[in-house]
Amino acid sequence: MNAVAAPAPARRVERWTRVSISFTTALAGLIVLLAFAPLLFGENTLDNLIQLYFLVILAIMWNALAGYGGLVSVGQQAFIGIGAYAVVFLSVQHSLNPYLAMLIATLIGAGISVPLAAVMLWLRGGAFAIGMWVVAEIFAIFVSLDATLGGGTGTSAVLAFNLRYSPEQRTHYTYWAALGFAGVLLVILFLLLRSRLGASLQAIRDDEEAARSVGVRVLLGKGVLFVLAGAGCTAAGAVILAWQLSILPLGPDSVFGVNWSAKMIFMVLVGGLGTFEGPIVGAVVLYLLQQYGPQNGVWYFTLLGGIAIGVALFLPRGLWGAVRDRFNLQLLPVGYRLRS
Amino acid sequence: MSLLELEQLDARHGLLQAVRDVSLAVEAGETLALVGANGAGKTTLLRTIAGAHRPSGGRIVFDSRDVTRLSAHERVRLGISLVPEGRRLFPELTVEENLRISAAAGRTGRWTLDEVLETFPLLAPLRHTTAKSLSGGEQQATAIARALLTNPRLLLLDEVSLGLAPIAVEGVYAALRPLFESDATVVLVEQDLSRAPSVATRVVCMLEGRLVLAGAAGELTREQVTDAYFGLARA
Amino acid sequence: MNWANAVLHGILLGGLYALLATGLSLMFGVMRIINLAHGSLALLGAYMAFLLVEHAHMSTYLALLPVLPGALVVGYVLQRTLLERSLRAGELVPLLTTFGLLIVIANLLEYAFSPDVHSLPSGRIGGASWRISSHFTLPWFDALILCIAVVVLGGLQLLLRRTQIGRELRATAADPDTAELLGVDARRVYAYATALAVATAALAGVFYAMRSAFDPFTGPTQLIYAFEAVVIGGLGSLWGTLLGGIVLGVAQTVSAQIDVQYFALGGHLVFLAVLIVRTALQAGGLRVLPRGASA
Repeated sequence: MNAVAAPAPARRVERWTRVSISFTTALAGLIVLLAFAPLLFGENTLDNLIQLYFLVILAIMWNALAGYGGLVSVGQQAFIGIGAYAVVFLSVQHSLNPYLAMLIATLIGAGISVPLAAVMLWLRGGAFAIGMWVVAEIFAIFVSLDATLGGGTGTSAVLAFNLRYSPEQRTHYTYWAALGFAGVLLVILFLLLRSRLGASLQAIRDDEEAARSVGVRVLLGKGVLFVLAGAGCTAAGAVILAWQLSILPLGPDSVFGVNWSAKMIFMVLVGGLGTFEGPIVGAVVLYLLQQYGPQNGVWYFTLLGGIAIGVALFLPRGLWGAVRDRFNLQLLPVGYRLRS
Repeated sequence: MSLLELEQLDARHGLLQAVRDVSLAVEAGETLALVGANGAGKTTLLRTIAGAHRPSGGRIVFDSRDVTRLSAHERVRLGISLVPEGRRLFPELTVEENLRISAAAGRTGRWTLDEVLETFPLLAPLRHTTAKSLSGGEQQATAIARALLTNPRLLLLDEVSLGLAPIAVEGVYAALRPLFESDATVVLVEQDLSRAPSVATRVVCMLEGRLVLAGAAGELTREQVTDAYFGLARA
Repeated sequence: MNWANAVLHGILLGGLYALLATGLSLMFGVMRIINLAHGSLALLGAYMAFLLVEHAHMSTYLALLPVLPGALVVGYVLQRTLLERSLRAGELVPLLTTFGLLIVIANLLEYAFSPDVHSLPSGRIGGASWRISSHFTLPWFDALILCIAVVVLGGLQLLLRRTQIGRELRATAADPDTAELLGVDARRVYAYATALAVATAALAGVFYAMRSAFDPFTGPTQLIYAFEAVVIGGLGSLWGTLLGGIVLGVAQTVSAQIDVQYFALGGHLVFLAVLIVRTALQAGGLRVLPRGASA
C-alpha cells in the first residue's frame, strides 16, 4: 500500500505565548500597584475603585457559572445577601472584627452553597435559572421576617465599623479587602481553568453527554464552579456591606435584589461570555457608565439597555470576544494554541 | 442543460475542509450513486446542495438558476429535497403530521398523501403513531415519504440503509425501485458498495472531499470502485 | 380561617398567572428564549389600552380590539429584527437582548407616562362578586380572567394540533434544520410564535391593569410569578402552564391565610418542592450521584 500523502507539517502546542506572558505579568503587576493606591489617592477615588472591584468579582463569578459551566443563574444575589447579612450578624451582634467577619461570611456562603448545589444542580436550563432566583427570594423573605436582622426595614453595620475605625481607615481597609478578594478569586479561577478541571469544563460545555461518556465527572465540575461562585458572590456581598453600610432585604435596591443578576448578565454578555478577560471588560464598562454616564435615571437606564441591545445585535460575542476573534488574541493563557 | 451543476464547490466543517473543489453535473432522470468511506464528505456535499450547509466557495446551479445563496427552504420550493442522514423525524409528531409538514414546500405533483401511503403500505396503519415509537425501517419509510411529498425534481437520499436491519433495507430499496426506474432524478449516498451501483445509472466516488472516480454504473468494475473508495488508486 | 375560599381564590389567581405566563411558555417551548422583557411587553399593552381609554374614551374591552393586533405586529417585528439575530449569535444572547429591552421599555414608559400609578376601568363586572355561601365568594372579574386563560390556552392548543402553522411551529421547535429541509421558513415560524406570545402578554397586561394598579416598573415584580408558573407546569407545555399557575396561586393564597406575609414565600417553597420532587422522580428514584438528571 502506498503512502497516501506527505507527512503533515510538525505542529507545536503551547500554552504561554509572548503576548500572554507579558500580559499576565502586567496584570499581576497592576494588582500589586493597585494595592498602593490608598497611599496615592483620596477617599473618593478609593470608594469608586471598591465599586469597580466588587463588580469585577460578580462578573467573573457569573461568567464562571454561565460561561464555563453552562449554568445560567438569575439568583446569585442570594449569596450577595448572605454575605452582607452574615457580616452584620457577626460584627454587630457578635462583636467580631468586621473584616474577620467578611472572611468568615465567605466561608459561610461556601458552606451554604454545598447543600444548595446538591439540590439545585439536578435542574437544568430555565428551571435552574429561575430556581436560583426563587431561592434568592426565599432567603430575602426569611431575612425580612427576622426581627433580629432588622426585618423589612433593613439593617446596618455602622456600629461595627465606626466604633473601631475612622472613616478613612474603613475606606482603606475595605479597599484592600475588595482588591484582595478580587485578586484571589482571579488567581483561583485562573488556576482552575488551567487544571484538568478546566479542560473537562470545556468538554462539558461542548457536549455534556460526550464528556460524561469519556469519564468526565460532570456533576463534580459543575459543583466546584457552583461553590466557587457562591463563595465569590458572598465575598462581593460582604464588600458591598462594608461599602454601603446599610442594607435592605427587599425592594429594588436590596442586597437580595434581582437587579444584581441584571448587572451580572450585562457585564458578562457585554464583555464576552466564556472568556477570561471578557467579564473584567464588562465590569469596567458598567463601572464607567455608572460613574460618567448620564445622571438622569431614565437616560442612564435607556443607555444601559441600548448598549445591551447594541452589543447583542452587533457584537454578540461581547466586546472582548470581538477583539479576540479579530486579532486572534488571548491575553491570559487559559487555553492551548496550535502553532505550525 | 444538466438539472444540477456543481462548479468547484468547497465546503468546510468547522476547521476541516470537507468538500474540495467538487465539480459535477447531474442529468435529469438519472440515478447517481455517491459512494465513499466515512468522513469522505458525502453528507456535507448533499447538505450543501440542499442548502443546509453554506459552501465556502464555488457555485450550485439548479435548472439554470444559481441557487448558491438561497436558503434551504427556498431550494425546497424550487424542487430540491433531502432525506437527511439519520432520518430526523419530528419525534413528538405522528407519522401523518410528519408527512403533512411537507405542505410547506407548496409544490404539487404526482405525490400526494394517498400516493405515498400506497408506495409505503407499511405506513398506512401507523398514520397516527408518534414518530419516536417507530422502528428504524418505519422511520426511514416515513422520512422518504415526507421528502417525496414535497414533489421534488431532485431527490437526495443520504444513507437510507444506515442503522437498519438487512430485511428493513430490502424493504426500503424495494419501495424505492419504482422511483429509481422512473424519470425522477436521484442522488443516492451509500456506504454499502453492493447496493448503490446496482440501482444507479452512474457512480461517483468521494475521498477526503474530492471526487476521485466517475463513470456509468455498468462500466466500472467492482475493483475500480473499491480502489477509489480506499484511495488505493492514487500514485 | 377560610381555607376553602382561599383555595378558590388561589385557583382564580392561577388563571391570571397562566394568562401572563402563556407567552413565556410559548417562546421558551418553541425557541428556548427566556424573554426577560415579557412583563414589560404586557405592561406596554396595558399602557396602549390606557391611551385609548383616556383619549378616545373607549371602554377597556373595546380597546383590546386595536391593542391585540398591534401586539401581534410588535411581536413579529421584534422577532425578525432583534431576537432572530440574537438567537443566531448564541443561546444566551437573547437574555441580553431581552434584558436591554426590558430596561428600555420600562424607562421609555416612565418618560412618556410619568411614574404615576394608574388603573384601567373594568366596567360593571369589576367589583362584583357572587356570594355563594357564607364561606364562599366568587369575584366575577377573576373568574372572567380564568375563563379567558382557558380559552386562550385552548385556542393555542387547537392551533398547534390542528393547523398547518401549528404543525410547523411544533416541527420547528423540535428540529429547525429538518423543518427547513421540508420547505418551512423557520424564521417566519419563530416570528409567528413571538407575535402570539406578545399578543397574549398584552391581553394579560390589560386584564392585570383592570384588576390592580400599575406603573412603569410593575413588569419585573410579576415576572417571577409568571416564570414560576411556567416552570412548575413543565417548560414548553401549554396546559402545564395553567396547572402551574393554579398550583402557584393556591400555594400563595393558602399561605396568606396562615400569615399575610407568607404570600410569596408559600409560592416559592411550593415551587422548589415541586421541582425537586419531579426531578427526583424523573431520575428514577433515589440516586446519590444522578446521571443525566434534568428537569
